[in-house]
Amino acid sequence: MLGSLDHDLVLNYAQPGESAMGERIIVHGHVLDEEARPVPNALVEVWQANAGGRYRHKKDGYLAPLDPNFGGCGRVITDENGYYAFRTVRPGPYPWPNGVNDWRPSHIHFSLFGSGFAQRLITQMYFEGDPHIPLCPIVNTINDPAAIEMLVAKLDMKHTVPMDARAYRFDIVLRGRRSTLFENRMEGN
Amino acid sequence: MTKLEYLKESPSQTAGPYVHIGCTPNFIGNTGVFTEDLGARMVNAHTKGQRIKVSGHVFDGTGTPLKDAMLEIWQADSEGLFNSPSETRGKADPDFTGWGRQPANLETGEFCFETVKPGPVPFPDGRMQAPHINFWIVARGINIGLNTRMYFPEEEAANEADPVLGRIEHRVRVPTLISKRDGDTYTFDIHIQGENETVFFDI
Ligand SMILES: [Fe+2]
Repeated sequence: MLGSLDHDLVLNYAQPGESAMGERIIVHGHVLDEEARPVPNALVEVWQANAGGRYRHKKDGYLAPLDPNFGGCGRVITDENGYYAFRTVRPGPYPWPNGVNDWRPSHIHFSLFGSGFAQRLITQMYFEGDPHIPLCPIVNTINDPAAIEMLVAKLDMKHTVPMDARAYRFDIVLRGRRSTLFENRMEGN
Repeated sequence: MTKLEYLKESPSQTAGPYVHIGCTPNFIGNTGVFTEDLGARMVNAHTKGQRIKVSGHVFDGTGTPLKDAMLEIWQADSEGLFNSPSETRGKADPDFTGWGRQPANLETGEFCFETVKPGPVPFPDGRMQAPHINFWIVARGINIGLNTRMYFPEEEAANEADPVLGRIEHRVRVPTLISKRDGDTYTFDIHIQGENETVFFDI
């Protein structure tokens, strides 16, 4: 179902012999459920702005230019250990029309699909140390600092590819495997 | 005393206005990466059952259609079987995916699924549920994916006996889950907020 470059945003939109502009990074981690069991075969879809903070979308009119070699979409399926990894460039921060001067922190959008709609999640990943994180109204819709911390990927020097790309670690927790509406809550199983 | 340790679910964040880049790139003309947008086709020439169209709009609290919504549906086949490894009651129609994904039209906000009418599915306690389609909706300005269900207006008796509809406390809101029929086209409008707010479920 997936193409061989689906998880490589550096190359999957690039002309032959070229690659996307920006800081090359690997984003990887485990998808777990609330009991810390791996979620295998979860579909992980990601999308993001390019290194300058511009989206390849007809409704994005930010001044920063498009990168002809960067599409901004990728996807990967978790293995039997719930592990996933993809390669991309670090997205740039971008302004958005909210207050007079609001900027989004660098972020990657994630869509996760485990088993059924109970394990369906849309979220965003941020980068450790980004000073825009505490300033962002979208981040601050989450009122628990520990929960915000779950969305901040950590620099992972151990998985860095020397002379090629740095790595960020981002683990994601989905709910338990409930199959039917109300099943867990009201039927007690 | 030992504290039971469970992990917390990662918090949800809005899908934002550019969800198409990742989930339906071909729809916005970002072609050449994925051969086909996932969930774009649910049926083929061999799919069994009554072909139907399900369309509608997602409205905000002011009654304005959301033009950047993305919707997914999950349903049983025409015999009431799910195309899922956890289906134990039989084998679902191999020519029906059971799962669809459609973005709202960028200009009008209308969404449309081409699917089949699902058969009835038993509830975990054995009672039959009326035929229904599960919906999951994201859009800019909503922080979480919203879950709801669409039912069929011609299934009056089954709807009356449906265990999920039966649990909705505010009876006047039950009709927000019943679609409107015009031949083989069903209209299901979803209201995120406001007077006609659709019933959403915590699943
Ligand atoms: Fe974004």
